[in-house]
Amino acid sequence: MAVNALVTNPAWDWPVVGAYLFHPSVLHAVLFTVELTALGIVLGFLLGTVLALMRLSRVPLLASAAWGYVWLFRSVPLILQLLFWYNLAALYKQISFGVPFGPAFFSVDSMDLIGPVTAAALGLALHQAAYAAEIVRGGFLSVDPGQLEAAAALGIPRARQIFRIQLPQAMRSIVPAAGNEIIGLVKGTSVVYIMALPELFYQVQVIYNRNGRVIAMLLVAAIWYLVLTTVLSVVQHHVERRFGRGLARTLPPTPLERARRILTVRRAARRQGPAWDGGGRR
Amino acid sequence: MSTPMVDVRGVHKSYGPLEVLRGVDLTVRPGEVTVIIGPSGSGKSTLLRSINHLEKIDCGYVAIDGELVGYRRSGDRLYELRERDILRRRTQIGFVFQNFHLFPHLTVRENVTEAPISAQGRPRDEAEALAAELLEQVGLSDKAGAYPRQLSGGQQQRVAIARALALRPKVVLFDEPTSALDPELVGEVLEVMKALARSGTTMIVVTHEIGLAREVADTVVFMDAGQVIEHGPPRQVLDQPRHDRTRAFLSKVL
Ligand SMILES: Nc1ncnc2c1ncn2[C@@H]1O[C@H](COP(=O)(O)OP(=O)(O)OP(=O)(O)O)[C@@H](O)[C@H]1O
Ligand SMILES: [Mg+2]
Repeated sequence: MAVNALVTNPAWDWPVVGAYLFHPSVLHAVLFTVELTALGIVLGFLLGTVLALMRLSRVPLLASAAWGYVWLFRSVPLILQLLFWYNLAALYKQISFGVPFGPAFFSVDSMDLIGPVTAAALGLALHQAAYAAEIVRGGFLSVDPGQLEAAAALGIPRARQIFRIQLPQAMRSIVPAAGNEIIGLVKGTSVVYIMALPELFYQVQVIYNRNGRVIAMLLVAAIWYLVLTTVLSVVQHHVERRFGRGLARTLPPTPLERARRILTVRRAARRQGPAWDGGGRR
Repeated sequence: MSTPMVDVRGVHKSYGPLEVLRGVDLTVRPGEVTVIIGPSGSGKSTLLRSINHLEKIDCGYVAIDGELVGYRRSGDRLYELRERDILRRRTQIGFVFQNFHLFPHLTVRENVTEAPISAQGRPRDEAEALAAELLEQVGLSDKAGAYPRQLSGGQQQRVAIARALALRPKVVLFDEPTSALDPELVGEVLEVMKALARSGTTMIVVTHEIGLAREVADTVVFMDAGQVIEHGPPRQVLDQPRHDRTRAFLSKVL
């Protein structure tokens, strides 16, 4: 009944949804959203990993600098930060290179250096780095200290201890949390609409302000967000399997394998007649 | 007399106010097997960990084959080495942990080849040939491609022994290598260790397996409260202990 209402009620405007789902301006917006997310996550996790290693290092100065960063960037709302970077760019229209208070050798328009796109990507990445740092640090802390001890006892060099022994094991807990962050950021990029950047959410607003089909256009955006997060969830599942190697006695099946197994079991059950409880596991 | 392979002199170690090692001396000659016994908390693990500098000692020194571990001498003062040099010297010492501490995300073969490749810079094919040889020695040739979690406890500990041997260490330290195992798995690990002892490997073993001490030890050391109470050939220490504390301990474990 509910489904029926959803499909047949004319207010939902499914034809309009269909017309705009693959509209070039919408597709561009989707692409831009993907780009912003990718930039935010990749730069965020790179910086976050560096910050996490700094915090775990035995150098007090590095550790407290990293702590300070996380403290600052987790405290300031993302939207405020974005506006800050954006307006900083607008404030110093000209950035001069030269001797301070002396003659300028050359100057560039700061809007070129920090355009709205850069400001958005920078803001997202800096914000994301603070969270990524904590996720990566948590991952390292989740690894049995005996692992590091064994590596040290074997004389394995320090960098190798981190990247070959600790990090792959830390990934077990980093990946699910990172998956959350990425999916959060896909939707989180919508805050950059305040900078009038043509990401998905901003773009559908532009369109419904023009054609008045608010529900239909919001549905278009929702469908794309669903598609993006679904793809990411599948990717996450496979990455988790990759890092689960050796950590469970047998790898969990992929969804495809699971579906196939259930089908085979059903078929076998039908052939054999009486019920047989051979579910997912051996 | 040749230089001792392991020379521990006047080692003191405290955790805060708790003095765990109170002046320990220990000498192990090349090819000898020393078994350390003693009650829980007597400092056996701490001593082993001090020998390869997993613990810093407060006083005294440890030398392997005439070379200080973790420190360098300048005049009559000792300076701690940089981490890189400590790591290099550790490759001369194999360590087998009670809880194996195999790398779970690496295969058995990778566990064994990791340190020879990354710590000693051996070529991969050479390291793999050595690993194959060592895995055969511990009876696990068919498990080279398996992951540690797919093995029984006894098999995991044998891999850990192969991993320690892959560095071609001058001495191998064992910290209660069979204590985490089910009783029926203890035997297979002890067999490997006995064969190793007979092949002339220098070993220091902390264990509650008195049988192992009887069979392969050249020296049995009894520790209590951070000190070596007595040491000597197994027949003497195990059968005619001179100290009451040794006698009391043995009456409990035998
Ligand atoms: N990191 C530490 N901090 C504080 N105390 C410690 C630490 N490590 C060990 N100790 C203490 O040092 C003492 C000796 O410990 P150690 O592990 O060397 O004993 P052990 O002889 O190996 O005992 P067991 O047979 O139970 O393994 C114990 O009292 C223990 O509580
Ligand atoms: Mg112990």
